[in-house]
Amino acid sequence: MTPKKSETKFKRMDGREFDETREMEAKVGIIPNADGSAMFRFGETIAVAAVYGPKKMHPQHSQNPEKGTLRCDYSMLSFSVNERIRPGPNRRSTEISKIIEWALEPVLMLDSFPNMVVDVHISILQANASTRCAGINAAAMALAHAGIPMKDLVSSVSIGKLDKQLVVDVSKYEEDWEEGEGATDIPITMTHGGEITHLQLDGKITKEQLKEAIELARKATANIYEIQKKILKESMGGKND
Amino acid sequence: MIETPDITANRIKEYLSGGNRFDGRKLDEFREIIIEKNISKNAEGSARVKIGKTEVLVGVKMNVSEPYPDSQDKGNLMVNAELLPLSSPRFENGPPKFPTIELARIIDRGIRESKFIDFKKLCIKKGEKVWSVFIDIYSINDDGNLIDAAGIGAIIALKQAKIPKYDDKEEKVLFGELSKESLPLSDTIPIAITIHKVGNNFIVDPTREEEDVSEVRVTIGSSKGVISSIQKGDEKSLSIEEFHNILDISEKVWKDVFNKIEKYLN
Amino acid sequence: MTERKIVIPGEIIEKGNDFLPGEGTEKRGNDIVAIKYGLSEESNRLVKVIPLSGIYQPRRGNVVIGKVENVVFNGWLIDIGMAENAFLSLMEVPRYVNKDALEEVLDIGDMVVAKIWGVRKRSMDLSIKSHGLGKIDEGIIMEVNPNKVPRIIGKEGSMINLIKNETGCNITVGQNGLIWIKGNKVGDELLAKKAILFVTEKSFTEGLTEKVEDWFKEEKK
Repeated sequence: MTPKKSETKFKRMDGREFDETREMEAKVGIIPNADGSAMFRFGETIAVAAVYGPKKMHPQHSQNPEKGTLRCDYSMLSFSVNERIRPGPNRRSTEISKIIEWALEPVLMLDSFPNMVVDVHISILQANASTRCAGINAAAMALAHAGIPMKDLVSSVSIGKLDKQLVVDVSKYEEDWEEGEGATDIPITMTHGGEITHLQLDGKITKEQLKEAIELARKATANIYEIQKKILKESMGGKND
Repeated sequence: MIETPDITANRIKEYLSGGNRFDGRKLDEFREIIIEKNISKNAEGSARVKIGKTEVLVGVKMNVSEPYPDSQDKGNLMVNAELLPLSSPRFENGPPKFPTIELARIIDRGIRESKFIDFKKLCIKKGEKVWSVFIDIYSINDDGNLIDAAGIGAIIALKQAKIPKYDDKEEKVLFGELSKESLPLSDTIPIAITIHKVGNNFIVDPTREEEDVSEVRVTIGSSKGVISSIQKGDEKSLSIEEFHNILDISEKVWKDVFNKIEKYLN
Repeated sequence: MTERKIVIPGEIIEKGNDFLPGEGTEKRGNDIVAIKYGLSEESNRLVKVIPLSGIYQPRRGNVVIGKVENVVFNGWLIDIGMAENAFLSLMEVPRYVNKDALEEVLDIGDMVVAKIWGVRKRSMDLSIKSHGLGKIDEGIIMEVNPNKVPRIIGKEGSMINLIKNETGCNITVGQNGLIWIKGNKVGDELLAKKAILFVTEKSFTEGLTEKVEDWFKEEKK
């Protein structure tokens, strides 16, 4: 069982409670050329997303005659991390691009766009762990901003386990935790309605604690949703045409 | 619609003949330049440059490596650019195409040839260890004139950069820990100014619409009247007189741009 | 009638069986839920979302502006911003066109105002037979989000007519978001363009026509 707030003096390095996310910030309409765009920040992790589409899809053989295609790409700027990342796709970014596609796909309604594509481009400007979660949050807002029909928004957060302690919104320091059972990282994406569209895990955890982790994610993503909703509503008419 | 239609192009040229541009600027006037420093904390130095709606991010990273065989006592410089698909419907994912490569090389030459960086001071141990400086340029929104925006970003990021700590004993760079030492830079600030010929007129800092209509361009990297790099691009030719005109324009515009960015250079 | 408000996808707009789901919404159980980002509106129990963004949905009878992409043996392929190019048959031109002289009527790169007379599964059919349609000779073309077009035109054309009168320009608004402005001076055309951009930025303000009138007074000082 996760030691609860009252039972332990567990304090995170940055002073947060175990179930506290870092300071969050969001904006929409930050890229005038895009059909929809947004920025999302968890503490020092900053992601931007731009949506182009629905539009003609090339190459033609990739077209789906039954509905529109979602295409995501995730990349990190070379200088977003301490040790420079060589430009160009790598295995990690290729995998994350697909994961993000799967996290967003269940809420998109692309039946009315056969043979078309919706491109979602995500770039990480500054990284302090939880980059794919920030990217998904930005992408969800950008898709709504672009006027893509959606059943719901999705919100994403990383749940961590440091030794035996569950925490919400993992920072890099916590990702590298080595004491005891080490660090377990669980990024989760949920719809506002409570469906899980994305879940990954690496580390070591019991079934019971995983269920607790999902419950923590439910609460955290509900908070994130409120921020995404607030920013989308406040930007009424703010999109550049 | 992605490309500027011919009829709009005709109007742009017509209007220019009267000394006017669609957004009310003079032919040799830059849009508003907004600069933010240190926009990415894991970079050794970084900057966001907005010229009108055009936005670029530039970051500086450093590492220690062996020097090149023909410069055993000098540090290295590598300039890389990416025209990100998120910045324009015209850019696609994939290996860098020519405009990306050209942009990086123009900025590289502008910095290298102007001797802005004192590479000798980046030498740790001759023949064995030198500092390498990596400048990475990313487009965030393309509304024309990415080259000049990138050039300004590179200068600001370099100026702002601090050298990482280096552990002599372990012989490794302590990434994430910066010393208080700035890069060895000269006082002469190289700024790239690109002049475009549209119809019979010359303009600077084109919007994307104007850039579509430009027939030939010349990027001049200079510093206080000393020219250190030039690139003429696109397919049309220029008369000698036109070229002289371009040199005059670049000199004047250099001063204006320098005045606009001076406060960010400290 | 309930108050209009900005809604996001997944948000419940109305609860209860009294209401019917219109465009941009769907019914989930007893709730009317938004599936698009926009302004919710209810009238006569029909709840819909007026989108703030999104691509153009072509309809029969719409006037659109496009660019000639290709000349084929029996007509032209026109790009109007959809996945597929629209087709303009040489039979849908007001005068006789010689099969060998198609380029003389419309060539690649020309801009044209056309009307959609047929919407097929994968493409559209255009016509330039009626008055006010045809090749665009000069002026400026601007692009706005198609969802803003109703506001730019205004109730019974009130907004676009105001802009036309204040600038002395001929303005053709394509439902696909492309707008052709032709005036006596480039300065007038640019003023019209600026006015249209003002309308798109303030599209959900009340009393917009008045605001635009005031805006023109300021601009002309």
